This record gives sequence, C-alpha cells and structure tokens, in this order.
Amino acid sequence: MDLNNYLELFIEESKEHVQAINDELLKLEIEPENIDIVNEIFRSAHTLKGMAASMGFDDLASLTHEMENVLDMIRQSELRITEEIMNVVFTCVDLIAKMVDNIEQGGDGTEDVTEIVRKLQSIQNPSIIHDEERVSAQNEAATTKELVIDEFQRSIIQEARKLGNHVYEVYVKLDERCVMKSVRAYMVFQAAEDLGEIIQTDPPVEQIEEDQFGDSFTLLLLSHHDRLKIEAQLTNISEVKAVIVTEKTEQELGNTDKQNHLNPNVTDKPRKGKENQKASETKKKPVTKSIRVDIEKLDRLMNLFSELIIDRGRLEQIARKSQIPDLIETVEHMTRISTDLQGLVLNMRMVPVEQVFNRFPRMVRDLAKDLNKKVQLVVEGAETELDRTVIDEIGDPLVHLLRNALDHGLESTDERIANNKPEEGRILLKAYHSGNHVFIEVVDDGKGINREKVLKKAIERGVISEEESYSLSDQQVYSLIFSSGFSTADKISDISGRGVGLDVVKTKIESLGGTITIDSTPEQGSAFRIQLPLSLSIIYSMLVKVAEEIYAIPFNSIVEITTNSDNEVYTLHGQKVIQFRGQVVPLIELKEVFQVPQVESPKVNQPLYIVIVRKGDQTIGLVTDTVLGQQEIVLKPLGRYLNQLQGISGATILGNGEVALIIDTNQFFNEKG
Amino acid sequence: MVKIIVFKLGEEEYALDIEFVQSIERIQPITRVPNAPSYVKGLMNLRGNVIPIIDLRKKLNIGETNFTDHTRIIISKYEDIELGFIVDQTSDVIDVSRDELEMELSGRMEFDAFGGIVNFSGRLIILLKMEELVKTEVK
Repeated sequence: MDLNNYLELFIEESKEHVQAINDELLKLEIEPENIDIVNEIFRSAHTLKGMAASMGFDDLASLTHEMENVLDMIRQSELRITEEIMNVVFTCVDLIAKMVDNIEQGGDGTEDVTEIVRKLQSIQNPSIIHDEERVSAQNEAATTKELVIDEFQRSIIQEARKLGNHVYEVYVKLDERCVMKSVRAYMVFQAAEDLGEIIQTDPPVEQIEEDQFGDSFTLLLLSHHDRLKIEAQLTNISEVKAVIVTEKTEQELGNTDKQNHLNPNVTDKPRKGKENQKASETKKKPVTKSIRVDIEKLDRLMNLFSELIIDRGRLEQIARKSQIPDLIETVEHMTRISTDLQGLVLNMRMVPVEQVFNRFPRMVRDLAKDLNKKVQLVVEGAETELDRTVIDEIGDPLVHLLRNALDHGLESTDERIANNKPEEGRILLKAYHSGNHVFIEVVDDGKGINREKVLKKAIERGVISEEESYSLSDQQVYSLIFSSGFSTADKISDISGRGVGLDVVKTKIESLGGTITIDSTPEQGSAFRIQLPLSLSIIYSMLVKVAEEIYAIPFNSIVEITTNSDNEVYTLHGQKVIQFRGQVVPLIELKEVFQVPQVESPKVNQPLYIVIVRKGDQTIGLVTDTVLGQQEIVLKPLGRYLNQLQGISGATILGNGEVALIIDTNQFFNEKG
Repeated sequence: MVKIIVFKLGEEEYALDIEFVQSIERIQPITRVPNAPSYVKGLMNLRGNVIPIIDLRKKLNIGETNFTDHTRIIISKYEDIELGFIVDQTSDVIDVSRDELEMELSGRMEFDAFGGIVNFSGRLIILLKMEELVKTEVK
C-alpha cells in the first residue's frame, strides 16, 4: 500500500499531537509534580514517534524518541523537572512542529536535530545507566523491526486489567482460497476493535496490509467480553476458517516478553500510530464515531444548499399565487425540512474556536518571558462554535489583540507591585454566543487606556482636531486607537505597536461582517469585544424597494423601521435629519446615493420608509420607498471584477430569480468621516 | 489552429477565443449596479451564479446595445473572473490558423483590447483580447 495515502492523515494527527503536547506542557509548567500530565505527554510523544517511524521520517522519529526518553525518566521519577528541561522540551516540540510543517509542504521533514538531541541526551545522561535502553529503543524507532511489548503497552495492559479487562491472544486462520486476505484481515481488525483494543499483531500490521502473511495471524486483544463472545464475533466474518482465543495471564505475558527477547523472529510490532492513539483516547471517553470530510466538499454542499433555498423562495411565491392547497401544504413542509437541513449544514461547518485559541497559551507564555512580565492567560468558552470561514480569518486579529494586551495593556511587574496589584497580570480570552452572534473578548487587568494620552496622540497625528477632542465620549476616544497610523506606546517594541496593527484588526473584523468595541477603566484594565455573525453565507435581511429596484439590508445592522409621516424631517446644515427617540438621526436618500432612475409618476403622498441602521453607537436612517418584508438570503460574492462598489457588499438571488444587491450599511458611516 | 467565436456589434464582426467562452445565453433580467462603470450593464443570475454583464459596445466605445431578438450574452471566464458580454448577434465558430490571426493592427486602429484582425474568406474580423476586457478601469 502506498504510504502517500496515509500522509495526509499522518500530518493531521501529528499536528493534533504536537498541539496536545504543547497544551500539556503548559499545564505541566504550572503543576510540575503531576505525573498524569507527564503520562499524557508521553503518550502523545510515543504515538508521534511510532507514526513518524512507520512513515519513514527518521529525523522526526529519533527526535521524538529522545524526547520520549526524557519524559519517561520524569514519569519514573528518575528525573526532576527543571526550567531548563522544560525549555529544551519546548524547543524540541517547536522543532517537531517545524518538521511536520515541512512534510506538509512536500518536504521530507529533515532538520538538523543533532544539537537538540544532544541536549536531550545530556539531560537523560549524566549517568550511563539508560544508555543500553536508549540504543535498543533507537533501533526500534529507526528500523521499526524487532520489538517487545514496550513500556507504554505494558502500562495499557496493566490499567486495562484494573478496569476488569482481559488480555486475549487471538489466533485467526483465513481460508486458504481467500483472494484478498488483507481485506479480510482488516475486517477482523475492525470487528476486534469493536470488542476491545488491539495491542499487538503478529505479523505487524503493515505486513498484513501488504498481504505479506500466510493464512493466519495473531492479535493481542484487550477486552472485557468473554472468550466465547470474541470467538463467535470473529468467526462470523466470511472466509475466516478458524479462531482460537486464549486468555493470557500476567506471567504468561511476561514470558512472551522474554521469549520475544530471545527470538526476534516471532516478535511483533505494536500497531503504532492510530492504534495507540485510539487506545489512549478510548480510555478517556467513549468513542464517538466521526469521519473527516474535505472542507471543499462541505463548501460545495453549502453552495448546493443555497441554490435550494433560492428555489424554495421561488416555490413559495408560486404556491401563494396558485392557491392550490396541496401545493401550499407541500411547500410548507418542504420549508420546514429545509430549515432543519439548513441548521444541520451550517452546523457541520461550525468549528470550535478552540482550534484558534489553543495556540495562544504557548504564545502568551513566550511573549511574557520576552517582556519579563508575569501573565496568566485564562481561556473561557473555547468550545464556542463559529463558521469555518470565520475561524480561518479570526486568528491574526486575536494574536494582535493579545499582543497588544500583553505589551501595552499590562504594566511591568514593578509597576504592578507599586500599584498594589497582584504581581501576576491576568488576560482573559473569552468566547460566547448571544443571539445570532458570537462574541470574543480579550480582557486585561492592566492600566487601562489613558484618555488624555490617546487624545494628545490623535491631535498630534491629525486624526482629530483639538476642538473635536472636547466633545468626544470615552468610547469614541478609545476607538481612535483603531485609526491607521496610531500607536500610543512610548517605546516601539517588537511585540506590537509599530503604528500599524489595530486598524488592521478593525478592518479584518469588519470584512467578516463583525464589529469591535473597547471598554476601559483607568488602572483596572481594558476589554476589547469582537462581535461576529454566526454564519457568513446565509443572512437574514430586510428587502426594501427604492423606485423599482429591490435592495436587501442585513438584519444585524437594523435598529428600527419608521416612516417620514411619523417623524418630521428637518434640514440641518444641508443635511436632512429626523428626531428619533431623543437622537438626531441623519438621513441618507438611497435614491440619490445609488442614482436610482426615477419612475414616471412618483406617488407624492406615499409615506417614505426610513430604515434606521447602526454602527457602534452611531445611527443613520436610510430612506426607501417601500419595505417588502424580511427574508433569508444567500450571500453571493460579486467577484473580483466588481470589487469596490460603494455601499454594496454583495448580491443575492431573489425568489423570482432576479438578482438583488445587498447594502453595506457600514460604508455610509465611513463616508461621513 | 485556433477556434474563435464570431459575433456582431452593429455591422462589424468581432471574435473571442473560444477557450475563454463558457456559454451563450439569451437576455434575462439584469439588475442595475449603482456606482459601477457605465459599461457594466448589471448583474444576472445564471443558474445560481451572479455574473456581471458588460455592454460590449459601450466598453469598446461604439455606441450602446439595443436589445433585439438576436441579442445574446456570451458568458466567458478568464482566470477566476466570470463575465457576460452583450453582443448584437452571434454568427459562427471558425477555425483560423496562427498566420491568419497575426495580422497586425496599425496606426489609428490601436486599442488595448484588440488582439488582431482575422481575414476569413474576405470577412474582416477583429479578435478581442480577453485579458484586456476583464481589466477594470482604475478610477
């Protein structure tokens, strides 16, 4: 079998393991005495090693192997964790991540590992006691040939026994006329995995998969089922001729161990990689069945589904017109089903923000070290789900905000002590759902934003004039730091604050259809709050008519809808405004900004509808002729050709098949300056 | 040999390399796009995709298309840009050899989007350059 088929899987899983190791290492830094954490790391490292070796990435295998040895010594309490060890292990993990990246980009994953390997060895090896063990294990990693039940497997067996599982040796003989033996063997594995955990196979799995075995093979199986049940289940598989299940006691296992030592020809190799990972997972939680799906397929599904929504709109229209009860009923039913289906499709594309969040603890740790600050990062709501597209884009802005909080938000340790604050700064990264939105907050307990300083800078840079500065609310002042070319840091540092950045964050968030706001209390800290839509492709909107043209206004920006007959229109300095709920709301005539061709006979006495939209704490009113009603619309991008249309964010297809434009209300605010 | 698709703008004959052409459609409702260049007629729904429609006569500065029964939209794709071009009439698809293609335009006939003149048994056909047509004017 071609290894390339597994490459993708290998990369995915390696990344997961590297991430897991990183996470656990951070935990270990806090609780250096916790052996459970070391065990977790050890498991991941072990799996990684096995996978790398079987894929033929020798450098990766030998590096992970050395790391594993160090971890093993820590586990066996032969070594105490020191900061130096942690740093070496962290560097090691970084190197592994780099190798995996290299492999992903089509490289062969070779890196110069001698230096780090030497460091790892010098950690293990002030004495030479473990030398022999290491040599043998190195061979294992390099050649993946001779092997006994290793430490890890023995520990699995022991734990499994404690949980009332039995260890069985399962001998399976296939029909000699069987054509695709490897497939049958695979089915046996599958069945066996349903019953328990496979620890070892003889011959090794790879050989079995490549059909390089006779008619029979042997499994070492952990299971809580009894012997007869296993026999029955496996015999059921067609073309399996005989199944002999024998239970193994601990002594016997020890014996096989020894025999294996003596006679390498009958030894076998653990089913590495996936199996081991499975083993460690199954112990933690019941197996949920899931499959990996190519994201492109999901995108296509989404696109096809969007088409369906458009047709649904059309059908609804036809049904209403036709007045055929049967048709109306069927369409209604279809609407209900497709609503459920929509929920499901959208849900499938949802990914927990964890994916983005989990790289931050490490980043914050390193940054804090660089800045010589003590920081505790608290992550909340990592399980909150967001659309895949948003997840891909949200990482950079968050990195920026976190860096900003660390560098500018938090004071130096001395300053904190002087101000009677806890020495350790705290940064809270929190995600949660609310309504149709997801909120992500970055909160620090630092010095807060200095209003005067921001204003001074803003005036210096010509962002605002001095007169303007007096009338600004705190909120408005804080939002000044998002304007381009703005940096309030006294010193320019590597971490953040080159004067570019926060404005980029803002632009990015807005391009995702979201908003960002700041709260800050002097001496107590600041909070950056990002609001994002749940999904990007299907949005609720209000359809309005301007002369004969139909436009869609996204629901999330609409505050209220009113008419000009209820509110008198004034003119202030040439700008039409209405008074609405105690606010003066400027009006924008869509007819004018969109240069809508006038229809022959404008109906003079018809009231005009004013859709009040909001951005931050500003509101404006969009003047339209008629409001047609709300509808779920599918956002269709305009493509590269028409990319910068003023006031338009995209298009959609209406029930009648015609195209309608979606209004980007944010741009009307920008225009005002 | 190159296959080109020949169409009429008024009485003149123009052509596009068939490599970039996806389909030929009849006129459907087109939604006007505010604040777009004047030659952008609007957006059309083509089987669930929203495609910008260009009035080719306006783009080439030879008047404006009046819709008739013969009016067609040539749907084309260049890199990832899909565009529809309104033409007065599509005539045929012809094979031309490289030599026939490479008749140079000279002097007053220069226009960025012109790729050359094809002399096809007496008919003079202007071959348009797709890569120029998909460029948006810098305002």
